[in-house]
Amino acid sequence: MSEAQNLNRARFDVPETSMIFARGVRKSFGAVEVLKGVDVDVAEGSVTCIIGPSGSGKSTFLRCMNHLEKLSGGVILIDGNFVGYDLVGDRLIELKDKLVCQRRAEIGMLFQSFNLFSHMTVMENLIEAPVRVRRMPKAEAEADALTLLARVGLSDKAASYPRELSGGQQQRVAIARALAMKPKALLFDEPTSALDPELVGEVLNVMRDLAKSGMTMVIVTHEIAFAREIGDQLIFMDDGVVVEKGDPKEMIENPQSPRTREFLSRVL
Amino acid sequence: MSAHDANNNAQVQSASETVASLKVVPQKQYGLWIGTALVLVLMYFIIRAFAVNPAFEWDVARSYMFHPSIMRGLYNTLLLTVIIMVVATILGTIIAIMRVSRSEILNGFAGVYVWFFRGVPALIQLIFWFNLSLLVSNISISLPFVGEVFSVRTNDFMTPFFSAVVALALCEAGYMAEIIRAGIKSVPSGQAEAATALGMPYRMILKRVTLPQAMRFVVPPTGNEAINLLKMTSLVTFIAVDDLFYSAQSIYARTFETIPLLIVVSTWYLAVVSIMSVGQYFLERHFGRSDKRNETLFDTWLRAIVGRKNRSNADV
Repeated sequence: MSEAQNLNRARFDVPETSMIFARGVRKSFGAVEVLKGVDVDVAEGSVTCIIGPSGSGKSTFLRCMNHLEKLSGGVILIDGNFVGYDLVGDRLIELKDKLVCQRRAEIGMLFQSFNLFSHMTVMENLIEAPVRVRRMPKAEAEADALTLLARVGLSDKAASYPRELSGGQQQRVAIARALAMKPKALLFDEPTSALDPELVGEVLNVMRDLAKSGMTMVIVTHEIAFAREIGDQLIFMDDGVVVEKGDPKEMIENPQSPRTREFLSRVL
Repeated sequence: MSAHDANNNAQVQSASETVASLKVVPQKQYGLWIGTALVLVLMYFIIRAFAVNPAFEWDVARSYMFHPSIMRGLYNTLLLTVIIMVVATILGTIIAIMRVSRSEILNGFAGVYVWFFRGVPALIQLIFWFNLSLLVSNISISLPFVGEVFSVRTNDFMTPFFSAVVALALCEAGYMAEIIRAGIKSVPSGQAEAATALGMPYRMILKRVTLPQAMRFVVPPTGNEAINLLKMTSLVTFIAVDDLFYSAQSIYARTFETIPLLIVVSTWYLAVVSIMSVGQYFLERHFGRSDKRNETLFDTWLRAIVGRKNRSNADV
């Protein structure tokens, strides 16, 4: 761990085990404030699920974590690092694109619409970033890719184009593509919302295996049962703030806030 | 078995027999028949006009088909088209990227460029560049403290050919920029987003993710542009570049065999356009390959032939 990371950790009182540390995160789009001060802690190797009505800011918060959206205020530290900035004295100096890219590459992200590169085969999708961004030798990247494809159960699809795969298969390839960068954490933005009901299970199975393997995961989801089963922490967001967070089982069985109770009664 | 049941069985039997023996009487398409008859009659008159009218002088046209100055003209036309298309595509790509940039200045500059070069007729731009020396007599590069390092009289390098390349490339770039911009816009934003999340920098995303996918949308209209450009180069006749049309003109100005030479020129333009269309087909297939499922070259040919047959069957 670098000196800067240790200094950041000391300065912001970041717990030893923290992978993702967010304090007072605010984000506005023009005059609309989408995030109004969000505090979240995600321990290394844990699974955090974020639920909440649409428009509650959960996706925006996720996108702030890997700097797809710039913060309007507050801090997010990933493994002790700011993603888009360096702290010098009291000022956050925006990093050069190259460094932002390097740090962003350490956090994998999965999208509702998979977003596989449609002009590339599955294999090309998997080795693109390792070869181009990490400058890994192609043969090595391909060997890695085959291992990852086996892990998501798609060894026979290396030569296929995304269009030839079902939604569930595409999302599994997308997970393999994110894993190919050996990320410290994975962010899932409603990974099963665009899937036909019978395809949801295969993606959740892969995610379940990932959770067991000790991957740090943050999952924005509508799958309450899944959140309850594999989540170490459940966060309920509404109107740009964290309304309630805690152990998934306790929270689902006995929600403290009336807003949480109302939301859960609608989705369960 | 009661009599009632037997009766029912007989009925079922005859119903299924009826189903098996049903005949389909195709719809009578009188409009289609009348249209076909009209076109056939029209074709007869057109072909007869071409064949019978001696003023076409087909043998004269044939004798000029491979005439050396026609060949040189054809070479220049092709050369112009290729150079202008290459320059216009590169320039157009740069302008299209500026057009989608976050910077208002770059965006605005590109917008004005497209507005101007698409708006002013190509012929006027062409004559303007040819007469650049009226505006600037010398073009020179001076460095501070060093003085003039390079100077040239405008008339010495603004040759007709070079003027033609500059004028038509700048003009064509305006069209290409719009085509490429539309192509870039057609790529779903999630693609660039996913690439960003993988740590790819902006320029790498453009080169590896956005532009290759834009190509699928860009190739068909670009083929049309190239065909347009091929024909547009005939404008250079006005500034005395000896392209295909100019060569023909200089022959018929002497011999007054106007119609046969126009036939020669048209034949060559048609021939080149036909070859370009074939090239376009292969380019489109190349960039659309992620759409097809494990298709070999043979499959494609087969599908093209069978597909056409099926379509014409369905039409009749």
